[in-house]
Amino acid sequence: MAELWLQFVLTIDATLRVATPLILCAMAGIFSERSGIIDISLEGKMLLSAFTAASVAALYGSPFLALGCAVIVSMLFSLLHGFACITHRGNQVISGLAINILASGLTVTVGIAIFAQGGQTPFLMSEQRFSAITLPFAETARHIPVFGTIYAEVISGHNLLVWIALLSVFITGYVLFRTTFGLRLRAVGEKPEAVDTAGISVTLMRYQAVLIAGFLCGIAGAYLSIAHGAGFVREMTAGKGYIALAAMIFGHWRPVPALLACLMFGFLEAIAARLQGVEVPFLGPMPTDLILVLPYVLTVILLAGFIGRAVPPRSIGQPYIKER
Amino acid sequence: MRKPLPAWVDISIMPLINIAAAFVVAGIIIALIGENPFTALAVMIKGAFVYKGALGYTLYYTTNFIFTGLAVAVAFHAMLFNIGGEGQAMIGGLGIGFIVLSLDPILPPLLVILLAIPVAAIFGAIWGVIPGWLQARRGSHIVITTIMFNFIASSIMVWLLAGMLMAPGQMSPETRHFADGVSLMQIHHIGNALGWPMARSPLNLSFVIALIAAVAVWVLIWRTRLGYIIRATGHSEKAVIYAGHDPARIIMIVMAISGGLAGLMALNEILGVQERVILNFTSGYGFTGIAVALMGRNHPFGIVLASLLFGALYQGGAELDFEFQTITREMVLMIQGLIILFSGALALMFVPAAERIYGKLASADRSSDTRKGEQNG
Repeated sequence: MAELWLQFVLTIDATLRVATPLILCAMAGIFSERSGIIDISLEGKMLLSAFTAASVAALYGSPFLALGCAVIVSMLFSLLHGFACITHRGNQVISGLAINILASGLTVTVGIAIFAQGGQTPFLMSEQRFSAITLPFAETARHIPVFGTIYAEVISGHNLLVWIALLSVFITGYVLFRTTFGLRLRAVGEKPEAVDTAGISVTLMRYQAVLIAGFLCGIAGAYLSIAHGAGFVREMTAGKGYIALAAMIFGHWRPVPALLACLMFGFLEAIAARLQGVEVPFLGPMPTDLILVLPYVLTVILLAGFIGRAVPPRSIGQPYIKER
Repeated sequence: MRKPLPAWVDISIMPLINIAAAFVVAGIIIALIGENPFTALAVMIKGAFVYKGALGYTLYYTTNFIFTGLAVAVAFHAMLFNIGGEGQAMIGGLGIGFIVLSLDPILPPLLVILLAIPVAAIFGAIWGVIPGWLQARRGSHIVITTIMFNFIASSIMVWLLAGMLMAPGQMSPETRHFADGVSLMQIHHIGNALGWPMARSPLNLSFVIALIAAVAVWVLIWRTRLGYIIRATGHSEKAVIYAGHDPARIIMIVMAISGGLAGLMALNEILGVQERVILNFTSGYGFTGIAVALMGRNHPFGIVLASLLFGALYQGGAELDFEFQTITREMVLMIQGLIILFSGALALMFVPAAERIYGKLASADRSSDTRKGEQNG
């Protein structure tokens, strides 16, 4: 029983680790899409910033500098997305796709040019990474039943970026629903004409939104390569950006429900990893591939309106043309 | 003075400008890495066309891109963005696997091949029509659904190829080899048989099927009633309803055709080259189809040309691996991203400038004409 409980707690702990980049990207998606800009380039921006973070950390040794550079690179690509979709009114899906494909090619090309390791970056030492923060008394508390294990395993022992990810949910919620900026941002995604009539620049609002999205994706990428992992490997995002997109839709473009969706998807991934190779009576080995595909299947079912209804911001995907 | 561009400029000069922009940016990146972009370009051109058998390889890649490019284009004509070509091609390959593996012990090879071709299209069509149905009848957005369907298809492939369909006694996730003779004939075999010696290459009869598909799509879109309704759906659903058609039905038909075309891509890889079903045989060709369709302006002729360019890029890009330490075929992925960016998302960026230049040229032309006229008069 105690063993089972520990297994459960460890799975929850893994859930949080796996969900962190999803949470950051889902919040990024919420900012962008609430302002009316579809962002399927979460994946590409995360990949680019993961690569940047790992490279800077390997070359200069400072995880904070690496995080900063990752965020800047991610925001630069947000600007590119904005330049194409807002300034030139290009198709938002095509622009996002271009960034994703560009990211796949660019990270490997530049990676080979700098490190000559087939697109990977060198393995990072612990001082080049964000290491786990052990909270006070974690070791002593471990002996207390129930609460102690939770405190020592789930709450303590995470790196800084996990906390930032959780914090980002509440900041997103506050900014979107409690500030003037958030009200305007949401309005731009619903009825840009109204915002324009009020004398606020739709273009500026949307640029700000995509830049915030880039900022958050940058943190997510850095988390993958210099906090959760210890270096960059090609295609290391492996569809996480799309899962985050799915989580955002699942959460109806709202921060806290999106957080829960991220945790659910993270839990599926954590449990699939734990059940790898486990034999199930009558079924043979656990079909972990089928567990991993659940986020996508559930999102399709949700979008089709079989379980609730996901209604996107009204003006999403439409470039705004100011009347003259 | 700005002047709207005439059609011929819009379909010939503008795409070239956009591609040129993509190549210039790629060249700058190569230069930043410390290699000579012109040397790289020369290596790619040699690798794609000059070396023995190179052209065959180029056309073999071209075949994939014609199928996936046409798939994207057909959907685009109805204003549907099918990003699911990748998954549809996978499922098409799975269809080929099912039919061939179950029938090749009993039926003659030719019959199995003739059955496998429509089955590839039908399986792809099914994987396309479900997102179509979800969009048409349930209101879910086709872009998101097709993205999700790519992941679902890829999981199904892993699950089946590492399980049920895995060849006995094999460690890698792939099926057993198809029976002898169950493959599309490779062009160099045909050439040699007819007395034209050709270098070995994976180019096979699917290339011919791809060209037929291109002609068929042209006929469908511009010469049939259905094609007209498809284009009308893209412009105005209301008009289509007014004309007595059901746009939902049209959307499903379009997605079936689009998925079917993507599914046919599997012919080239599975029936033409691999002769067994392997994992990830689509290797991103479905996404490249988007670049191809954008570059080819959704016209079959443009798509064949764009496919040739991408075929050359892929084959020439493979050559980069041999010639350079620092630049590899991932370079091609980068160029692909840039092409999608410039000829897709930023397609309108150069238009105002082009209109201004065209306006100047046109007015200069006219004034010289009038002067001539005065002299004559």
